[in-house]
Amino acid sequence: MLSIEALIVSILIFVLATFVGYFVITKVPPTLHTPLMSGTNAISGIIVVGAMIAAGRDSTTLTVILGTIAVFLGATNVFGGFLVTERMLKMFRRD
Amino acid sequence: MSDADVINIINAFYVLSAALFILGIQGLRKPSTARRGNLTAAAGMLIAVVATFFDREIEAIGYVWIVIGILAGAALGTWFAQTVPMTGMPQMVAVFNALGGAASALVAGAELIRLNDEGFDIDVQTAITIALSCVIGAVTLTGSFVAAGKLQGTINQNPILIPARNAISAIVAAITVGLLVYLVVDPSQEWTFLAMLVAALLAGILVSIPIGGADMPVLVTLLNSYSGLAAAAAGFVLGNNLLIVTGALVGASGLILTNIMTRAMNRSAANVIFAGFGESGASVKSAEGLTYRSMNAEDAGTLLAYARSCVFVTGYGLAVAQAQHEIRSLADLMQERGCDVKYGIHPVAGRMPGHMNVLLAEADVPYDQLYDLEAINRELDQTEVVVVVGANDVVNPAAKTDPSSPIYGMPILEVDRAQSVIVMKRSMASGFSGIDNELFYMPQTSMLFGNAKVSLKDLVTEVEEISKSE
Repeated sequence: MLSIEALIVSILIFVLATFVGYFVITKVPPTLHTPLMSGTNAISGIIVVGAMIAAGRDSTTLTVILGTIAVFLGATNVFGGFLVTERMLKMFRRD
Repeated sequence: MSDADVINIINAFYVLSAALFILGIQGLRKPSTARRGNLTAAAGMLIAVVATFFDREIEAIGYVWIVIGILAGAALGTWFAQTVPMTGMPQMVAVFNALGGAASALVAGAELIRLNDEGFDIDVQTAITIALSCVIGAVTLTGSFVAAGKLQGTINQNPILIPARNAISAIVAAITVGLLVYLVVDPSQEWTFLAMLVAALLAGILVSIPIGGADMPVLVTLLNSYSGLAAAAAGFVLGNNLLIVTGALVGASGLILTNIMTRAMNRSAANVIFAGFGESGASVKSAEGLTYRSMNAEDAGTLLAYARSCVFVTGYGLAVAQAQHEIRSLADLMQERGCDVKYGIHPVAGRMPGHMNVLLAEADVPYDQLYDLEAINRELDQTEVVVVVGANDVVNPAAKTDPSSPIYGMPILEVDRAQSVIVMKRSMASGFSGIDNELFYMPQTSMLFGNAKVSLKDLVTEVEEISKSE
């Protein structure tokens, strides 16, 4: 479980990462906003690592079921997101 | 190695993953580095997943379930990615937002069950993060499915206005918050979690169902942000900093894009969510008594064949008519004749941010010809001909001149500054917002009526004829 000390460090990380995100993402030009959204879909599939622990722990039948479904959903995001982004970016060409 | 050593090594790889995600997004600053960026982020994901396999909390039998889940997800995700048409990209992003939200809610639920099952006395901060992860994830799930349904056309695209909907939404929101507080007070009651989940799922539907089709870009970008926040909340639940960093990045991205979309519509996110478009009851200026000039394809073809500079303004109507390739052929011919061709793209030209750019890129339009709102407005004074295809409100001068217009204040492509304007349209019917467009009645404007694809083909023929006869 999350101790108060760990919570505060995590909030700090969250805030700093939001700022990093803000600065990196404002530089993405409008031309690439759709690939940006599908790309962020892909990386939000990172929930798969949390799901893997939930599915893998074997604590109760229910947690394994919920975890496995979450692994499935997260992996769908990861594969679908990266592949569709690649498919789009391949189409962008210069004159 | 001790368990603590293993955890430290896994966390070191997580830091690497987080760095690769940020570098990956940074690659999206230019089309030329974007593919490498996507690959960089994918490498970060691979590292994170492989590192997690070494977590000692995972039991032998657990690997079976994990591999089954990953393989099934890989199959579905790959199928989605290969089959979705580019016009369907907003629906796909909406569905992916939904899946991300669902996964976060499931992970939070599983953690609550495990902690209770193992007899932990769950502390307040853990209970709050579990509840938030569940609520944000659930709202994202149903809200995104409604958005996807509307974009796909399976759900009525018009704002569905339930009587007293704001009151109903307020009650559901209050119940959700009440259950959330109760869960924090007594996390051992798992029925509270279930009831809160149901209330949040309902809230997601209530929030998105009144939003009209034209406002979908705002809803999709906002839910994109929520899917990130749900992942970050799950990171708090599990004490996993990689989830927190990634969730924050996605949350920031969604918020920035929501901002860009609402600014382009001259509205606020709150205005989109709480008021259906057209409810304002603003007076609509009637075009009665005004006259317009129509033009045939031959005249339009001649105008384009001898133009030295041309800007195409394309809206979603172009994609609906499947005419991207025709416009590209026309642009190529004109370029061969020495015309400087550009495309002016309004942020809300498609059904999601950057959508029109992808639709044109699919038709092999080079990206260096695609200009955004501000860039093209700087060029329009020196432009000979503007061709408007499948766009209406984004070129309506009333947004600048008529304070009583519902779109007043919305930034537009100022095409009336060009020497001549050709507007391709089926008929004189008004756009989605039901507003008449003064541009059509201006002296420099000519209307070319008909189906966009057919008209563009005619124009290609006309320009080809002229080239041959020279």
